[in-house]
Amino acid sequence: MGLKSKDLLGMKQLTADEIMEILDTAKTMKLVISSANKKTSHLQGKSVVTLFYENSTRTRLSFELASKYMGSASANISTSGSSVNKGESLLDTARTIDMMGTDIIIMRHNQSGAPHFIAPYLKASVVNAGDGMNEHPTQALLDMLTMYERFDTFEGKNIAICGDIYHSRVVRSNAIGLKKLGANVSVYGPKTMMPIGIENMGVRIADSVADCIKDADAVMGLRVQLERQQKSLFPSIAEYAKFYAITPEMLALAKPDAFLMHPGPCNHGVELPTAVYDCDQSVINEQVTNGVAVRMAVLYLLMARRNQL
Amino acid sequence: MKLILKNAKKYNEDKLSNIYIEDGKFAVEFAEAEADRVIDLKGATVTPGLVDMHCHLREPGGEYKETIKTGTASAAKGGYTSICPMPNTNPVADNAAVISGIMKKAKEADNCRVYPIGAATKGIDGELISEMGLMKEAGIVAVSDDGHPIKNAGIMRKVMEYASDFDLPVLNHCEDKSLSEGAMNEGTVSTTIGIRGIPTAAEDIMIARDIILSEYLNIPVHICHVSTKGGVRMIRDAKARGVKVTCETCPHYFTLTDDCCETYDTNFKMHPPLRTRDHLEAIIEGIKDGTIDAIATDNAPHHADEKVCEFSVALNGILGFETAFALGYTYLVKTGEISMERLIDLMCYGPSNILKLGRGGMNIGDDADLAVFDLENEFTFDKEKMLSKSRNTPYDGWKLYGDTLLTVMGGKVTYEKLC
Ligand SMILES: [Zn+2]
Repeated sequence: MGLKSKDLLGMKQLTADEIMEILDTAKTMKLVISSANKKTSHLQGKSVVTLFYENSTRTRLSFELASKYMGSASANISTSGSSVNKGESLLDTARTIDMMGTDIIIMRHNQSGAPHFIAPYLKASVVNAGDGMNEHPTQALLDMLTMYERFDTFEGKNIAICGDIYHSRVVRSNAIGLKKLGANVSVYGPKTMMPIGIENMGVRIADSVADCIKDADAVMGLRVQLERQQKSLFPSIAEYAKFYAITPEMLALAKPDAFLMHPGPCNHGVELPTAVYDCDQSVINEQVTNGVAVRMAVLYLLMARRNQL
Repeated sequence: MKLILKNAKKYNEDKLSNIYIEDGKFAVEFAEAEADRVIDLKGATVTPGLVDMHCHLREPGGEYKETIKTGTASAAKGGYTSICPMPNTNPVADNAAVISGIMKKAKEADNCRVYPIGAATKGIDGELISEMGLMKEAGIVAVSDDGHPIKNAGIMRKVMEYASDFDLPVLNHCEDKSLSEGAMNEGTVSTTIGIRGIPTAAEDIMIARDIILSEYLNIPVHICHVSTKGGVRMIRDAKARGVKVTCETCPHYFTLTDDCCETYDTNFKMHPPLRTRDHLEAIIEGIKDGTIDAIATDNAPHHADEKVCEFSVALNGILGFETAFALGYTYLVKTGEISMERLIDLMCYGPSNILKLGRGGMNIGDDADLAVFDLENEFTFDKEKMLSKSRNTPYDGWKLYGDTLLTVMGGKVTYEKLC
C-alpha cells in the first residue's frame, strides 16, 4: 500500500489501487474538516510550498488549508501570467525552492508537462495542481470522492461530461481516473472544442447534450471560457446557452438519483442555468469541501512515503 | 598530397580495390612509395561523399548553438562532404553580403563544401522577393524561406517565376500556419497529454498548393521534409503526370512516431512534427517507389537552455548530421526496404541533381569526395562524442550500424575515427 511515486503528476501515473487508497484516506480526512478542532499533526515540521503560475483562488486556498489543517509550515508563490521568457527559468525557480528544504511543491502551470519536466530534478515531491490542458489530478480525485460517497462502486456507472472538452484538464484527469475504476464516460461539446482522438482515451463521444446525459449516474458541467468566442470556437453566449447548456430538461434525462457536478467557477446562465446550479441534484458546494479532504489525503500519503525512505 | 586507400569495398562492387587520390582528385594507380599516406580500410565500405540539401549551421547570429566550423566538422563526421545551410540566420541570408560571409567562413573551416541556400523573400517574411541574382553570384544554389513558409500564393508564384530566371530551385517548407498553432502532431497522443496539435492537413494543404502552382507555371518546386502520407500521395500522383515536383524527407520521419512525445521529451519536438505509424510507413513506401528523391537531415542545433524546458516552449528541431547515414542504413537497407545503391541515391545523387551540384563522381579526374562506413559492426550512438556544439539528439544510446570511419573531401581527410 501507499503511493509508488515521489510525485503526483497525474491520474495517468496512478493505479486503480492508489486511487482507491487516496479516496479512502480522504473520507477520513473529511472528518477532520467537519470537526471543531481542525488540527492533525501529520505534516508537523514539514514544509509545503504552492507555486502558481496561473491565477487560481479556490485550488490554491484548498491546498493551503489542507496543509495548514495538518500542521505544516507553508509558503505561497504566485506569478501572474506566463513564466515564459520572463526572468528566471522554471527549473531554476523550482531548484531554488527545493534547496530551501521544501518537502512538497504544489505547482500550477499554464504549460502541459511542466510538473513532469521539473519533478525528476527535485528532491521535493511535486503535486500537479493543473498543467496546461493536460491534467488536474486533485480535481478529478475530489470529483471521484464526491461520486464515491454516493456509489457503492464505480464499475459500470455512467458519467456524462459536457462543455469545452478540448481545453479541459479536468476532463482528461476524470476520463483517465474513472476509466481505471471501471466507469463509462461520455463527453459532448461543440465540435470546435472536441479534441481529435479523444475516443482513444476510452470515452464515448455523444451526439448531443441529451445523448450524453441520458441514463447518466452523474453529470458534470464544465466552465466555458467566454474569451473563446474571440477564437471562433463558439459564436455567442446566447447560442452556447441555448444549444450546449445543461438545462433542467436535459438533467431530467439522467437517472432519477443522478447528481450534478461542476469544477467551478461557474458562468451562471451560460453552461448551467442558475436554477440547475442550485437544484436539489446539485452537489457543487460539497465538491468544494471534498477538495480540501482529497488534498489532505494526497499530502498525507506523499509525506508518508517520504518518511518511509 | 597523394593518398592511397587500400582494400576499399566500393558500395556498388563486391571485390576489394585500392583508391588513389592525387591533388584532390581520384587518380590512376601510383606506387605506394610515392604516397604521402596509405590507409588500409580492411574491407570497409566506401561511398561517394554524402550531400545534405537541408541543414542549419546557425552562423551568423546563433554561434552559441553552432558555428560554421563546428557544424561542418559535425557534417564531416556523418560522412558529408557537401551541405546546404538554410538562410534563417541572424541577419537573414537574404543578400549577397551575408552569403559571401558564409562562404568565407566555410572556406576557412575547410571541412565541407558549403552551398548556401538564400532566402526566397527579404527577411524571410514572405512579402518581397530577395536579390536572387546577386546571391547566386555569391554562391547560393537554391532559395527557401524554410521555417517561414510563404503563405501568400501570389507571392509564392512570383518567387517561383523569378527564381526560374536564374535557374534556382525553390525549396518550400510546407505548413499552413493558420492550422498549426500547436507543438506536436495532432492526434490521440496530443489529446492525451494536452499539447496543442499540428494537423497533417496543415502540411498537405500547402503541398497541394505548390504542386498546383508548379503544374500551372511549368516551373519546378521542391517540397522540404515531407512527413505525411497525404504529401507522399500527392507528390507521387503529380510526378506521374509529369509535374516537376521533387521532395525530401528526414531520418526522423522513418524512425520515430508521435508517441515519443508522451513524456514531454523535447528532443522529439520538430517541424513538421513526428507523425503516427501509418504516416511513417507511407514515407518508407515513398522512399522505396522513388516518390521521395532525397534524405536530408534538417540538422537543427539548439542550446540546452532552449531544449531543457517546458515542451511547448522548447525550440523545434534536432541534430541530424552524425546519425543520418547510420539511421538510413540500419532502418532502410539492413531491414531490406531498399538497396545500398538506392540509399546512396537518396543521400548523394538525388539531392546533388535537384540542386545541380554535380557531386558524387568517383571516376578518375573527379573531385575526391568520399566516405567510409563500418557496415558490419553494431555501435552505440553516444551524444557526448558529437562534434556539434549542441546535444539535442533523440538518438542517444541507439544501437546502429554504419558508423563513419573516414571522410575525405577534395582529397583532404576531414574526419577519421581513431580506432
Ligand atoms: Zn523546415
